[in-house]
Amino acid sequence: MKNNIRFVQGNEACVEGALYAGLNFYAGYPITPSTEIAESLSGRLPRAGGKFIQMEDEIASMCAIIGASLTGKKVMTATSGPGFSLKQEAIGYACMAEIPCVIANVQRGGPSTGNPTHVSQGDVNQARWGTHGDHGIIALTASNHQDVFAITVDAFNLAETYRTPVILLLDEAIGHMREKLVIPEEGALPIVDRLRTSVGKGVDYHPYLPREDGRLPMSDFGDVHRYNVTGLFHDMWGFPSNNPRVVNELLHHIVDKIENNVHSITRHKEHFLEDADYVMVSYGSSARSAIHLAKNRRKRGEKIGVLELQSIWPFPTAMIREKCSGAKAVIVVEMNMGQVLAQVKSAVDHPENVFLANRIDGELITPTDIKQLLRVIQGRGV
Amino acid sequence: MAIKDYLRQRFFPHIWCPGCGHGIVLSSLLHAVEELGLAKNDIVMTSGIGCSARISGYVDFHSLHTLHGRALAFATGVKLAKPALNLLVPMGDGDALAIGGNHFIHAARRNINITAIVMNNRIYGMTGGQFSPLSGCGKRATTAPFLTIDQEFDVVKLAKAAGASFVARSTTYHAKESTLYLKKAIMHKGFSVVEILSQCPTHYGRKNKEGDAPDMLELYKDTTAKLGSKALEKNPDLIPRGIFVEEERGEYCEEYDKLVDKAMGGAR
Ligand code: SF4
Repeated sequence: MKNNIRFVQGNEACVEGALYAGLNFYAGYPITPSTEIAESLSGRLPRAGGKFIQMEDEIASMCAIIGASLTGKKVMTATSGPGFSLKQEAIGYACMAEIPCVIANVQRGGPSTGNPTHVSQGDVNQARWGTHGDHGIIALTASNHQDVFAITVDAFNLAETYRTPVILLLDEAIGHMREKLVIPEEGALPIVDRLRTSVGKGVDYHPYLPREDGRLPMSDFGDVHRYNVTGLFHDMWGFPSNNPRVVNELLHHIVDKIENNVHSITRHKEHFLEDADYVMVSYGSSARSAIHLAKNRRKRGEKIGVLELQSIWPFPTAMIREKCSGAKAVIVVEMNMGQVLAQVKSAVDHPENVFLANRIDGELITPTDIKQLLRVIQGRGV
Repeated sequence: MAIKDYLRQRFFPHIWCPGCGHGIVLSSLLHAVEELGLAKNDIVMTSGIGCSARISGYVDFHSLHTLHGRALAFATGVKLAKPALNLLVPMGDGDALAIGGNHFIHAARRNINITAIVMNNRIYGMTGGQFSPLSGCGKRATTAPFLTIDQEFDVVKLAKAAGASFVARSTTYHAKESTLYLKKAIMHKGFSVVEILSQCPTHYGRKNKEGDAPDMLELYKDTTAKLGSKALEKNPDLIPRGIFVEEERGEYCEEYDKLVDKAMGGAR
């Protein structure tokens, strides 16, 4: 244990996690509040033998990482709201062509240019449905730097396992806040490497024929197998097809590979949840305030706890229903107008007992903000 | 290797209309690859969306059929990640200079070793004959019933100004000449652009009374002239063909390698 304790910004914790996971190609375009990720990697990657490129725009950055991923690299880009909007077309391409890649969105206030230097969690739904058409998607989040590190490693692992883009939904407060980070020893966290085909030269390789376990082994561009990659519906060769059976099967595949694996993809943490009458569901920097409040109220004997989401998509509906089943009230704490709230309401048996504690003014939601709502719910007045 | 060995015959017939110039461009390109003796495993073709972009499905290279206008951005990722690969990027009017215009000028500015082939047919073919930024004024298109009032880009001048270190122009009538330029472009170290005027008889030709494919090919013969030729001197209104730029300049991936050396303090 030497020299592995850092005092860093969340954006730097993300960089450390990405490098630990094997990131070796980054393309990006500067945007507040994610820029520190690019700045840090512009120094770190060349020194580690990796590639860093500042592209001409957000769209190009997303396209470049997809191209690089096809050569076998572990790839990432980082952005914030307006850039996330621009990347959506190519994120859809990565869903359709099944290209592993990681997209960090350090959320700021929106819509449009919005509130660039202030916190928000307004891109939850965009992470799910930002690109057009039915598709599955994975979005992860974290409330402290140790978790930012771990969840970033997870993001790369899930991208490889499911051959899919993974969204890291961070926020401005987490991105810019400084706190301690202990970098795990090499080997302490599992790393999923690219699953490459065992099919040899001269034998037909079908890039889009899933194995029995549903996974699709890849072949790097430049290696012996030459195949086609397209954003059109395609057959097992990767060749465009509008055959209704092919279209139907492929669409099911790209949705089901995520939705059928909710249990292994989703992550959460429980804070004082065992006997809680009041359950706060929260994530990202909002969860810090929820946890702080729960700790204080517990000291006074109140049965209140926090269900902290570390993944938002696919939504852990069954888990939420189970964890909230004994609660008198569920309070969703987030910095938007109820994006996770809507999911929680549709997950639980008693949606009328689910309430929103939020802030949307660019300021971090505080324990006091949540407490005020809690008092109303508990019938203790305003 | 025979030309047909560079094709994925499994995926034929192709989607192009009879008489389309894009097949001639494909042929010129495959001849260039064959004459250079490039290994198929060393070639990656990325393309965007449109009639021209379908070319990537038919070639037996690593092929990446991407989004409208984004082929060069994808290609930049592939190239920087694995600089040993040869990147060929055929593009239509929209891919190269409308929706993809930003990527075009920036790839040129970086001078990254990619060969861009602009298949200029002055029309959007796949969507049914709308005008493009290469149509020029006074042209008929489905979105220009009163004729276009938009000026066109001069691909050669634009590529040159943006920093491409190899720029050439030919036509589908001059298929052998195209092959020659493509060979030079592929061998050139840096961003190379070959514009090939390519007929779309189905939409451009029909609407603009240029006849069908043979007539349009004849027109390429009559309306163009070699750089430095007497014909061009006599009639400067002709469209010049030839190599306009061929310069040695720092190539992006090589510059990146130097940067890595610097970052490592010579420790490599
Ligand atoms: S529409 Fe025009 S460009 Fe497209 S295939 Fe037909 S002739 Fe070629």
